[in-house]
Amino acid sequence: MAKRIDVSGLTAYYGSHKAIEDISMTVEPRSVTAFIGPSGCGKSTFLRTLNRMHEVTPGGRVEGKVLLDAEDLYGAGVDPVSVRREVGMVFQRPNPFPTMSIFDNVAAGLRLNGNYKKSELNDIVEKSLKGANLWNEVKDRLNKPGSGLSGGQQQRLCIARAIAVEPKVLLMDEPCSALDPISTLAIEDLIGELKDRFTIVIVTHNMQQAARVSDRTAFFNLAAVGQPGRLVEIDDTERIFSNPSVQATEDYISGRFG
Amino acid sequence: MSTAAVTDKRGGSLSGARLPKWSPWAIAAGSVAVAVGIGLGAGLGSEVQWGLIAAILFVLGTYGVAARVEGRRQAKDRVATSLVWVAFLLAVVPLVSLVWTTVSRGVKVLDVHFLTHSMGIVADTETGGGIYHAIIGSLEQVGLATLIGAPIGVLTAVYLVEYGRGRLAQAVTFFVDVMTGIPSIVAGLFILSLMLILELDPFGFAGSLALAILMMPVVVRSTEEMLKLVPNELREASLALGVPKWRTILKVVLPTAIGGITTGVMLAIARIAGETAPVLLLVFGNPFINTDPFEGAQASLPLYIYQQYAAGGDAAYDRAWAASLTLIAFVMILNLVARGIARWKTPR
Ligand SMILES: Nc1ncnc2c1ncn2[C@@H]1O[C@H](COP(=O)(O)OP(=O)(O)OP(=O)(O)O)[C@@H](O)[C@H]1O
Ligand SMILES: [Mg+2]
Repeated sequence: MAKRIDVSGLTAYYGSHKAIEDISMTVEPRSVTAFIGPSGCGKSTFLRTLNRMHEVTPGGRVEGKVLLDAEDLYGAGVDPVSVRREVGMVFQRPNPFPTMSIFDNVAAGLRLNGNYKKSELNDIVEKSLKGANLWNEVKDRLNKPGSGLSGGQQQRLCIARAIAVEPKVLLMDEPCSALDPISTLAIEDLIGELKDRFTIVIVTHNMQQAARVSDRTAFFNLAAVGQPGRLVEIDDTERIFSNPSVQATEDYISGRFG
Repeated sequence: MSTAAVTDKRGGSLSGARLPKWSPWAIAAGSVAVAVGIGLGAGLGSEVQWGLIAAILFVLGTYGVAARVEGRRQAKDRVATSLVWVAFLLAVVPLVSLVWTTVSRGVKVLDVHFLTHSMGIVADTETGGGIYHAIIGSLEQVGLATLIGAPIGVLTAVYLVEYGRGRLAQAVTFFVDVMTGIPSIVAGLFILSLMLILELDPFGFAGSLALAILMMPVVVRSTEEMLKLVPNELREASLALGVPKWRTILKVVLPTAIGGITTGVMLAIARIAGETAPVLLLVFGNPFINTDPFEGAQASLPLYIYQQYAAGGDAAYDRAWAASLTLIAFVMILNLVARGIARWKTPR
């Protein structure tokens, strides 16, 4: 089910501003890849090019190739909507739909995309909430609004919503940055379980988190202020944290970075 | 201790002299009493003048008393508060007095007979008769205008917020702004000129068209504001699930904003329900019951009020007030219904 991502020569713009330049990397299926790097170096931008959310921003433009199991996401005739069904996304701030109940939030992706029988939906919602480790906390109040949950529960609700549509890849942009340590732990455990089924890419500012959850780590950096962000290196997480091949990576990880 | 020393140096502690809770009321009562005294003494005829004197005395008195007892900063705070209260009263007094006048003069002839009979066999100078024909006319004309104006207005706003970029969007915004300023009589004349070209006689739907023109910009403006309030994150969350843009708008954006949109539409309806000029030009008025908005002259409530008032005489005045009360009640009921819908639609 999980798919491999091959990026080559990817450059992304906001209008005339070049945010990231010439990024190439491979993301292995059934693994967790962490993106780290200083603020503003283009991690979110790059992540959003992987499911064509970048072009939702007015002026957003992309050059280069992103292959999802050999199929170019930016090829002619590719429908961004079907790309996003394959590549799901969890955002930094929990954003459940305020007009929908917990059940409807999880079912949203399916309901808004096609016709499902109520019994099918029930099964999928239960499975997704269990997959997001949220089922036990909400099973008695599925018809209450999702905005009534705690921040950590809302974020797991958003994860449940994302996995309910069975994507091949799951992109997470700082999914724990608004959460307490316990919710963070719950989500990290969850990521460990989800990687058996999905290809996972996670952006994080938390080095320990990257070290704990990821198999491979990519370090992004800015050459200088005002320059576009670049990929410095990508390697096995162990190597990046013990013996990176670029000095800048070591400086950043050990906190010697400006 | 050192903290105590610091406190001493700044010359005060956290608690100071405070005016008692009831002091604003006492000052208000005092200033009203003084204002009445001045009014009677100086022989000022109008209660409005008394009220203004009382308001000024209240603000000044609040400042004076608070400055003596509590100090200047609290006095300024209290003056700001009392100004807000005075402004609130200035806004509410005319409203209450309007509703009170309408109700007290309107209930005189407002009964079932009045609501279920037309003016067909009653001369304007006689008593009796009713507004049934005008209610029918108003409901049909306003209803049709809403059916045309509200969807076009909401869709225009959706275009402007969700799709509009560049020249076309700017042009649409500009024309909506211009339309907001169109006097109702001009909208009426516009449709009238079409009717003259097509050689049509007055009929209800022509009025609806003019009312729709008046309604659209109001709906566009309010809906636009409501759609802009919907956080972008919700749109992105939906798009990231692989939901197409149009379904995102339909199922996520519009439901999130539905409360505000309904309120906006209701305000627009309230505005056009009271329009007289275009109805006078295009629907003409009719003392008989005409339930067909597409054929023949019709009545409408504001037009009825205008005509009864113009006819003069006690019986006609009473009917005009009763019709005004009906119109206000109609708008109010509509508002309550809209609020009910909005509340029912938001999840708990
Ligand atoms: N909507 C936008 N419009 C214009 N420029 C943008 C926009 N979003 C981001 N940028 C620019 O793109 C560059 C990369 O931003 P991005 O959000 O990808 O950084 P990031 O690595 O995710 O940072 P952080 O760690 O703070 O989230 C920055 O220079 C930023 O100013
Ligand atoms: Mg970011």
